[in-house]
Amino acid sequence: MTLALENIVKAFKKDVVLDGVSLSVDSGETLVLFGPSGAGKTVLLRLIAGVIEPDEGTITIQGRDMDGVEPEDRGIGMAFQNFALFPHMDATQNIAAPLTARNMSKSAITETVNRIARMLKIEHVLHHKPKELSNGQKQRTALARALAGEPDILLLDDPLRNVDAKLRFEMRLELPRLLKDQNATVIYVTQDYKEAMALGDRIAVMNAHGIEQTGTPSEIYLAPANIEIARLFGDPVINLLDVIPEQTEGGMRITLSGVPVPIDGGYGEVAGRACIVGIRPEALRFVAEGTADAIPLTIETETPLNEKTVTLGLTKNGREIMVSRPAGTPGPAEGTGFIAIDATHVHLFDRATGNRIVPTERHTARSQGAA
Amino acid sequence: MNTTSPLERVLRGIAITLVILFFMFPIFWIVLMSFQTNATILQVPPSIFFEPTLQNYRGLITGQLVTDTSSLEIKFMGNLFNSLFLSTTSVAVGLVLGVPAAYAFARLKFRGSEDIAFTLLSFRFAPPLLVLLPLTIYFQQLGLANTYGGLIWVYQLIVLPLILWIVRGYFEDIPADIEYAYRIAGHRWWTTFRKIALPLAGPGIAAAALLAFIFAWNNFIFALVLASADKQPVTVGALAFITASGVQYGQIAAGIILSIAPTFALALYAQRYLVEGLSLGAVKG
Repeated sequence: MTLALENIVKAFKKDVVLDGVSLSVDSGETLVLFGPSGAGKTVLLRLIAGVIEPDEGTITIQGRDMDGVEPEDRGIGMAFQNFALFPHMDATQNIAAPLTARNMSKSAITETVNRIARMLKIEHVLHHKPKELSNGQKQRTALARALAGEPDILLLDDPLRNVDAKLRFEMRLELPRLLKDQNATVIYVTQDYKEAMALGDRIAVMNAHGIEQTGTPSEIYLAPANIEIARLFGDPVINLLDVIPEQTEGGMRITLSGVPVPIDGGYGEVAGRACIVGIRPEALRFVAEGTADAIPLTIETETPLNEKTVTLGLTKNGREIMVSRPAGTPGPAEGTGFIAIDATHVHLFDRATGNRIVPTERHTARSQGAA
Repeated sequence: MNTTSPLERVLRGIAITLVILFFMFPIFWIVLMSFQTNATILQVPPSIFFEPTLQNYRGLITGQLVTDTSSLEIKFMGNLFNSLFLSTTSVAVGLVLGVPAAYAFARLKFRGSEDIAFTLLSFRFAPPLLVLLPLTIYFQQLGLANTYGGLIWVYQLIVLPLILWIVRGYFEDIPADIEYAYRIAGHRWWTTFRKIALPLAGPGIAAAALLAFIFAWNNFIFALVLASADKQPVTVGALAFITASGVQYGQIAAGIILSIAPTFALALYAQRYLVEGLSLGAVKG
């Protein structure tokens, strides 16, 4: 294990930002810290970097306790969200900063800077000062600076936040390869769930209370720990409807718009309890009128988004439902449509606590297989 | 849309001219006086037409003041040197002490840091006369009276708070992340201070140094009480022109011109820095 945080507590004045956070990251792994702003992601990175000290708890890097270890001695590279380039130095000097701290020859430094600049496609702006760089170039320079020292641990604080959409898309494709080449342990902070899914070997979802769930991207997506996480991952957002599951002769089922929908038998224990069902828009599909157990829907709007089309409809009870289908596939007729639910892709949440209800063992084989 | 009518512009021009005349006339008059003999200065009514003479300047520079009635020795050039030496050294010492202190006050929030910073500033609130009597007594007992060292020490009362507060504002303006980034890159805090904080606060430090220099140069009261003739700066030295045989207006004028010349040149050269440095310091506080 490269990095371990144990029971970290950090407060600023009386404002407790991190309350007992524990986290471990394996060597070579990319862990994404995902969460809304104010969740303490940046504070966590700064604690690891050593620019602020935790009030309680221990941070160990490569098995060594980091208490009292200065930032320069931690073997860390960091890219800041606001880039934090040195305004009085040109891009070359910025990137060379981790190298000049060591006893490296001038030629070796130049060589390394040029190699990294080539990799990040900024070799043509190396003699520019930060204020002469575009946002994208600044971001790459900041990234190059973090990579230059070939650190064991790379902390990336939302590096794509301040760049335009096109570049963000490009970098989202490029970064995983880049990070793998570095062979470093990476902690990547982001507020964008797509970035988190694209880059993370694992994702740690944070909110104001600390880390809510840690898991691989598919675990987070397919088995979100609570409603909040289910809502954060996925675009369009998951459909959430109030239901009360019932035990019938035909097995467990929920009723939507008067139509019974069978669900996993493993949910048996929650029969009669107030629940919320979460249905991903892509787990719904349009079917022909008259199909058995089809739910009627009044079609409100259709939004074509390059690779998919999102339909907003209203149920009989006036609740909004989003349906997503691959672009080019046939949609509903004007006015009214009928949908069927892929029952293996529904989640049940306890309405009181918001936590996901995990179906019991004996019936989970089917839903596991779907995952 | 331009709403200023020609009349308005003319009136505004006149108003500005009046203000400038009001403030600049004494300086203009001093310049004229410095080229006149005592006799032409004192004639009634005064006239701006006269036979210009360089005897005042010659007298100051050679150190021999020759008048109709007597010959007087003047140490004006010595005074000028003292002013230069005292101000420069005071500012240098003030920078060495004040810049790291300003950095500490800007970056480290230690117990009582605000109070200490404010106490240092409060040295500027009290009139110097308040501290002069006790200062004189213990300077005499410590043997610091009439030494350059003692004067430079006292000048820190003027120079240090100024440097501290202006430079602190500049350090606070540097995003802490920039320094963190340099630390994380593997540099010690001392290297970070030298390579990142100092260059970035450069304009502020320059402005503070210039201002401190001017304040030190213009100081009168400390030097008057704590220094005797051979250590006195120009501000005090000018008193020597008030002699038993009369006031040497011409020499005083020439002396003033010579003594304001360095600060005037400095201020003109660094005008932009000064305004920037001061307004930033005022806003950031």
